[in-house]
Amino acid sequence: MPSPQTVPEAPEEEKARLFGQVKADMRFKDYLLGCYECGICVAACPSARFYDFSPRRITQALAREDLDLIWEQMNSDVWDCSQCFSCLRCPRGNNPGGLITIMREVAVKNGLHSAKEALEGYGRIIYKIMSTGTQVSPDMIQPDAFPDWGPDAVEVSQNLQLWRRALPPETLHTTSTSWDVADKTLSELYLIWHLTGVLDMIGEVDSSLHMILVDVMEEALEDQGYKL
Amino acid sequence: MADIVSPSRPIPQPGRIFNRPDPKDAPTEDIRERVFELEEKGEWIVQRIPEPYATVETKYGRTKKIPIEHTWHHKSCGQCGHIPGYSTSIFWLHRELGLDYNDPRDQTSCTAWNYYASATSNAPAQAAVAMRNFAAAYETGYFPVIHCGTSYGHYKEVRNELVHHPELRAEVRGILAKMGKPMVMPEEIVHYSEWVHVMRYEIAKRQVHDFSKITASVHPACHYYKLVQEDAVYDPEIYGGQRTAVVTSLVKALGAKVGEYSTWFDCCGFGFRHILVQRDFSRSFATLRKIEVMKEEANPDVTLTHDTGCVTTLDKSQFAAKAHGRNVGIPVMSEAQFAALAMGAHPYRVCQLHWHTVDYKPLLTKMGIDWEARWKEFEADLQDLRDGKIEFMTWERANAS
Repeated sequence: MPSPQTVPEAPEEEKARLFGQVKADMRFKDYLLGCYECGICVAACPSARFYDFSPRRITQALAREDLDLIWEQMNSDVWDCSQCFSCLRCPRGNNPGGLITIMREVAVKNGLHSAKEALEGYGRIIYKIMSTGTQVSPDMIQPDAFPDWGPDAVEVSQNLQLWRRALPPETLHTTSTSWDVADKTLSELYLIWHLTGVLDMIGEVDSSLHMILVDVMEEALEDQGYKL
Repeated sequence: MADIVSPSRPIPQPGRIFNRPDPKDAPTEDIRERVFELEEKGEWIVQRIPEPYATVETKYGRTKKIPIEHTWHHKSCGQCGHIPGYSTSIFWLHRELGLDYNDPRDQTSCTAWNYYASATSNAPAQAAVAMRNFAAAYETGYFPVIHCGTSYGHYKEVRNELVHHPELRAEVRGILAKMGKPMVMPEEIVHYSEWVHVMRYEIAKRQVHDFSKITASVHPACHYYKLVQEDAVYDPEIYGGQRTAVVTSLVKALGAKVGEYSTWFDCCGFGFRHILVQRDFSRSFATLRKIEVMKEEANPDVTLTHDTGCVTTLDKSQFAAKAHGRNVGIPVMSEAQFAALAMGAHPYRVCQLHWHTVDYKPLLTKMGIDWEARWKEFEADLQDLRDGKIEFMTWERANAS
């Protein structure tokens, strides 16, 4: 992730505009109730053990409405969070992980550099989940993508077709999706992406991927009789 | 050397039993009451738990119903994609127990792995995905049971958001109307490990292998018991009621030892985005904070968990750590696979252990399972598939001796 030293400059109005979007999220008031500054969230946080990262610092910045610090965090820290929600141990009832989800969403929606950088190499996964309705298909286990998983990744990829046919459930004889998803089901998923503005969000961080997804989805939706 | 390390510091067991509090003193509202109120107002249909069901206690002493059968299996993309023996074992257990279930094609992923990884979605989209799946289950007449811990946790978040935000309900209702689908909220949001928990004695009755020499460490999944924590199952007989009971209750019912370790609360290191594109973090956390600690403090034969990402991270991360000479080498699987093995399931045709990374063969030997003979049988299956004698593995063949 970009270090705070590489965080781009921005006028105060821009920082305030983005914080306004964070604050306007319907979940914000439920997720931020104040901060005792006890540090219990940091003690429970796996990312805090490995990165210069603190869920407490993020919660405090939002509670104080510290625009400079919030801008810095949206351009850096938020992408270190593991989203495990261990921080829900907070005795005040805050949800630092949930606040980070909102900050990330705003970073994506506004095409911030940190979002594009964090999602580098991740485009194929967005493509997979949005276009097939399942996220990590069997054919994604390729040795070049998972070299640290050892020779098993090679064995799985070499035997994939055969091993998938050796599964008893009929829904699992697939390689490009995790299970067999019905066409009508997929069209309904595409309709959700269209109607909720998710496709527009993709356009902010990856215009090529956005074009491909629009092509795939519009055709399928027309085939199912949906008028956009 | 790593295999002979003995526990350096026995972990104290709780002496006191912590009973559940009176539900009226619970620090959170019982969202299910609001769910029924919204049904009375005509906002949605509440899908009832079908008979027969079991009841269990949750964190704040409330009662939760767990359906025994007639269940719609909301599959997990990571389980079906990378650990297919996980899903297969859940189905196999139902079949062996003679319980009716539905394995649907009209189901998408909850898409929450992507949401927690990349934030390339939003609350209305996530709620619409959940409610589309719930409507699909309702249309079949089967009750949804969720295989993935993250789907389970996320759907509970979605339920809270829908209950508290009428504008979100209106938006989702409009989207579902375009598909011709009803607004349906299940009476309970149920994770499959809760079903395993209530079925553990039925599973134990059918146990064919002696597990008394097996030590199993348990990793409870964060999104099961930390995310909307009041729905997680607790039992005073398990850890004195201090931790969620699921998974560990099965270990005890099957007569295996629970391998206690101090970092049980830590996450596995999955990280959602990290496991896919920043695995230095996942590998480090999984091995340094979980596997090595288990190894030193409990030296278990196996680590059991009940979620997709946890099995993947804890299992796959050990290869690189081993290459660096770290103290690792614990096989990892779901408790559903462990239960199936206890009941005599085939380790390859059903539990599909060849998809796992850490060497599980010493564990099978200790369980009394002749893995060499079973592998030969599975190789014969593969040859029949290659030769076109069979097109797919079938349930009948999976159970043939």
